[in-house]
Amino acid sequence: MSDQSIDYDVEFRAITKRFGSLVAVNGVSLKVRKGEFLSLLGPSGCGKTTSLRMIAGFEQPDEGELLIGGSDAVGIPPYRRDVNTVFQQYALFPHMSILDNVCYGLKQRKVSRRERRAKAGEALELVQLTGRDSHRPAMLSGGQQQRVALARALVMNPRVLLLDEPLGALDLKLRKEMQIELKRIQDQVGITFIYVTHDQEEALSMSDRVAVMSNGVIEQLDTPRAIYDHPLTAFVADFIGDMNFLEGRVAESADGGYAIDAGEGVVVRGRGHPAGAAIVRVGIRPERIVVERGNGSGTANSARCEVLTKMYLGDQVQLILRLANGSEFVVREQRTSAAPAIDSLEPGDTATARWDEAAPLLMADLQPQKDGE
Amino acid sequence: MTSETIQPPKRSPRRRSFAPRYPGWLTAPSLIYYMIFFLGPLAILVVFSVATQAGFGSVSYTFSTSQFKALNDPLYIKVFRQTMLMAAGGTALTIAIGYPVAYWMSRYLTRYKTLALLLVIVPFWTSFLIRTYALKIILDPQGYLAHFVEWTGISSQFNVLYTGKAVAIGLAYNYLPLLILPVYASLERMDWKLVEAATDLGASPFKAFRQITLPLTLPGLITGALLVFIPMCGEYVIPQLLGGGQFAFVGTVIGSNFLGAQNWPFGSAMAIAFMVLLSIFVVIYIAFATREEQFGA
Repeated sequence: MSDQSIDYDVEFRAITKRFGSLVAVNGVSLKVRKGEFLSLLGPSGCGKTTSLRMIAGFEQPDEGELLIGGSDAVGIPPYRRDVNTVFQQYALFPHMSILDNVCYGLKQRKVSRRERRAKAGEALELVQLTGRDSHRPAMLSGGQQQRVALARALVMNPRVLLLDEPLGALDLKLRKEMQIELKRIQDQVGITFIYVTHDQEEALSMSDRVAVMSNGVIEQLDTPRAIYDHPLTAFVADFIGDMNFLEGRVAESADGGYAIDAGEGVVVRGRGHPAGAAIVRVGIRPERIVVERGNGSGTANSARCEVLTKMYLGDQVQLILRLANGSEFVVREQRTSAAPAIDSLEPGDTATARWDEAAPLLMADLQPQKDGE
Repeated sequence: MTSETIQPPKRSPRRRSFAPRYPGWLTAPSLIYYMIFFLGPLAILVVFSVATQAGFGSVSYTFSTSQFKALNDPLYIKVFRQTMLMAAGGTALTIAIGYPVAYWMSRYLTRYKTLALLLVIVPFWTSFLIRTYALKIILDPQGYLAHFVEWTGISSQFNVLYTGKAVAIGLAYNYLPLLILPVYASLERMDWKLVEAATDLGASPFKAFRQITLPLTLPGLITGALLVFIPMCGEYVIPQLLGGGQFAFVGTVIGSNFLGAQNWPFGSAMAIAFMVLLSIFVVIYIAFATREEQFGA
């Protein structure tokens, strides 16, 4: 995609933020496209919330430039920024009615009472919470409070909507419902969403693009599919979904293919070019591995293993295997049939794990961060 | 077939609660103390207030409401009004000093919070009388503060002692901790994310304070204000020492009726009337306290 044709709503240029000796955000560059749903994903302490708070204006960057809508935002207080936040614990004003909560921002803008009410009504309709106008926040359930918080921010029609783990306090079922809701609302209003979460499933299912963060840097910024299928670093591969890792010496490398000797007859053959190093690491997704009963031959991409544990996950059966070289592998099979093949294996059995050449993903060591775009 | 009579359900073994249960009579000592030393004097006061004076320092127990009627006199109404106004002024000054201190302690102190709280309470460890005398020395027109003020040129004549200002300063100083503590407690319970949310929605820091922080800490502020206002109304020592007797508080007048004029029935009637007046404020306080429970801010 060419840079010129896209407008950016938020731009980070080598932003660093420190808290005392702790570097929360370390030279991050990021461009958020107009109208996209971008997630900042990472474990706690990775800098995702600090990044969000800098966009909101609650924190100021120590170094670097921050642009909102193309103009410099450093030093501009939160109440003069065209962004609004949906807080983790909703932060609804307990002493005001639902309607007054939603109207609050418009009131600050000195919008007339009639227009305030009309717009608040629309916003509450958008989040599907009507008929509660005069209630106090404490009288609503967590999910309903979440909707009010969303309406309160959306009614401002901001350039960017910031969401700080908004679904974190909800139970699983409600969370899944709200994920679909959020996506629907974003499609409907077309506002740029920047969504902070530590839940990879949430990020993958809703986002146009995901920025995976760790230790104050963005490890990878791409579409959910690319992040899952082509993780650039071991951290991303491990954090997004499950990944089985194998490490070994490069035995051969030619013509866009390679073979790695992981020891004890475990040989991985894959596509691509192992970069430089003699010892490389590959990852294989659990769903790409097939397990068969019996002691298979020691050819490439076929490893003898022992079944350690069997678990039922409801829709899937999961095995934990120990390969001949000692590595532990997680393998899963969907229960599409009444008796999936994997189900005939019991702990202690000897089996063979197989995968095809497209399955192994070469892990690069963390490289200097490329400019995110 | 035999018709069975319906048996009352067998009593299930009593459910045991492991919460300790103490017999009610254990409260007897406190209740007896309370009745003798609180309700007793109050009863005597009520009896006196409807009696009449019979000569210097003795009382004739004949029912009469004349004492209360005598209160309806411009002289006494002025004393009541002056007391309430002085107490209101003292309360306002206490709030003006106490709220910012409590806010600063709660929001900006992290490591020294406990120490700051301790320092707020420390003056209570010294006799109230001694502290008021100390204040008298500080406010003396010949004192260091007076010299300093005159030297800086803020005022050419530092004449505070024996004025309403001195009484207000004395009231505010003595009751400050009683205001700071409840306000501090309500600020500690404050969710500062709400203030962030308000500024995020376009409110300036001042507006966020007025529309979010103040209403949410109002119950604590009202508790504190009443906690200082009511005893200020009954103040006796401060107007005597710092007002030089020129500011007659209700307490001063009651005192002079008992000790000077030896008119116990009139003093009692005045005390009862003032108590009723102050009860109105207590009722307001309770109304606010129950409202606070409603949204538990």
